[in-house]
Formats: sequence, C-alpha cells, structure tokens
Amino acid sequence: MSNPTGRQRPMSPFMIGPYYKPQLTSMLSITHRGCGVVLTIGMLFVAWWLLALAAGPDAYAQFLAIASKPIGRIVVLGLGFCLVFHLLNGVRHLFWDAGKGLDIPTTYVSGWAVLVISLVTTAALAWMLFLRGGAA
Amino acid sequence: MSLRTPLGRVRGLGTAREGVHHWVAQRVTAVALVPLTIWFLWSALRTLVLGYAEAHAFVAQPMNAVLLGAFVICAFHHAHLGMQVVVEDYIHTRWLELTLILTFKFTCFLAAAASLLAIVRDRKSVV
Repeated sequence: MSNPTGRQRPMSPFMIGPYYKPQLTSMLSITHRGCGVVLTIGMLFVAWWLLALAAGPDAYAQFLAIASKPIGRIVVLGLGFCLVFHLLNGVRHLFWDAGKGLDIPTTYVSGWAVLVISLVTTAALAWMLFLRGGAA
Repeated sequence: MSLRTPLGRVRGLGTAREGVHHWVAQRVTAVALVPLTIWFLWSALRTLVLGYAEAHAFVAQPMNAVLLGAFVICAFHHAHLGMQVVVEDYIHTRWLELTLILTFKFTCFLAAAASLLAIVRDRKSVV
C-alpha cells in the first residue's frame, strides 16, 4: 500500500482494543459482520442440505441424522441467531441508507430492539431444538 | 455544470477505482433477501426438516422451487460481496487479500450452481 507521508497509519480493525470504549453501536456493528461471515458458511450447509435431498432418501436421512445430533443442533441454533440478527440489523442498515433513523437516540432504540428480538427468537429456537424433542 | 475535468471525475471515484456497483448490488440483494429469508425460515425450513417425502414434495412444487432458487442466488451473491468487504478491510497483505477474495467468490459461485442443480434435479425426479 503506497503511503505518501511515510507515517505509520492505523489499519483496520484498530478500533478494537484500548482506543475506543465498547458501545452498543460499535458492538452491534461488528456482530453484524461476524454474523455475515458465519452465514456465508451457513449457506454452504444449505447447499449441502439441498444436494442431500436431490441425492435421494438415503442421503437425506443421513443428513438429517447428522443435523439432529447435539453438535448439529448447536450449529443450527448458532446459525439461527446469526440469521435473525443479520436480517433485523440489515433492515436497520437499509433504513440508515435511506437516511432515516440516524440520530443517536433512534440508533440506540433500534439497536436494543434488534438485540432483544434476536435473543428472544434464539431462545424460542433453543426451546424447539433442545427441549421440545427437536425439529430436526 | 461542473468545472471538473473528465479525468478528475474518474480519479474521484476513489483508490479502488470502482465500488458504486458493488454497494448497490449489496443493497439490492439485501432488499430481496428480506422477504425471501422470512419465507425460507417459515416455510422451507419447517418442511425440509420433516423428512424426505415432505421435503421432496415441497421442492417439487414449482413456486417453492422458484423461491428456493431465488433465495440461493441472492444469498450467495450477497455473501461473496460481503466477504469481499470484510477481507478488504482486515487483510493488508495484497496477495493474501486477493487469494481470499477469489476463494470466497469461486466457492459462492460453485455452491450456488450446485444448489440450483439440486433444486432442478429434485423437481424433475418427481415427474
């Protein structure tokens, strides 16, 4: 990277560490990215799922057997949280892109709303996956 | 009327020399994914976990196959655009940056192609 001044410039993610106090806004922002990365891997699981379905009853039964193991359920739960959070926070981003809700009070209200709804939904999903006998 | 020269305007596009299309495509796929993801969560996910017969019958429905295909295309498109931004922001070694971006793009493209083929195969095998 060319650097005309010759000075050492801070490189991203310099914000993480001792320089900035953690705030709801910045924490939700990095969570949004983290969830996006996890969901990219999640989409590969979706592809695996569809391929197993196309491969026939035996392959599909095998896939569902792996998915319904404890580790499979934990993965589904993690992906579920990421999907709901990224979806809700993504809508928040789209409103910002339209220039709406950018003031600090609204940003905090929408931020808490996204966090609370995501956690409640994840708790409901956990109940479905682990206590009610499991959907998968 | 602008007093800037055409060269100045081109240079003004930034050091990456492009980006508007990337930005817009990420938003367009995001808008499309809002209803598609809600549909996927409520209808596809619920049916697909039931078992082979139910899942097979679900994907065999033309409307479901189309929506599932649209979801897969939009999600993988959105995924490779997003991964590109993440890599560009945090990886400061040029060769590694480029290698990772291309790896994610190729993986997303291949997985999307495989998913679409799987949907079509599943739909055909019912007839």
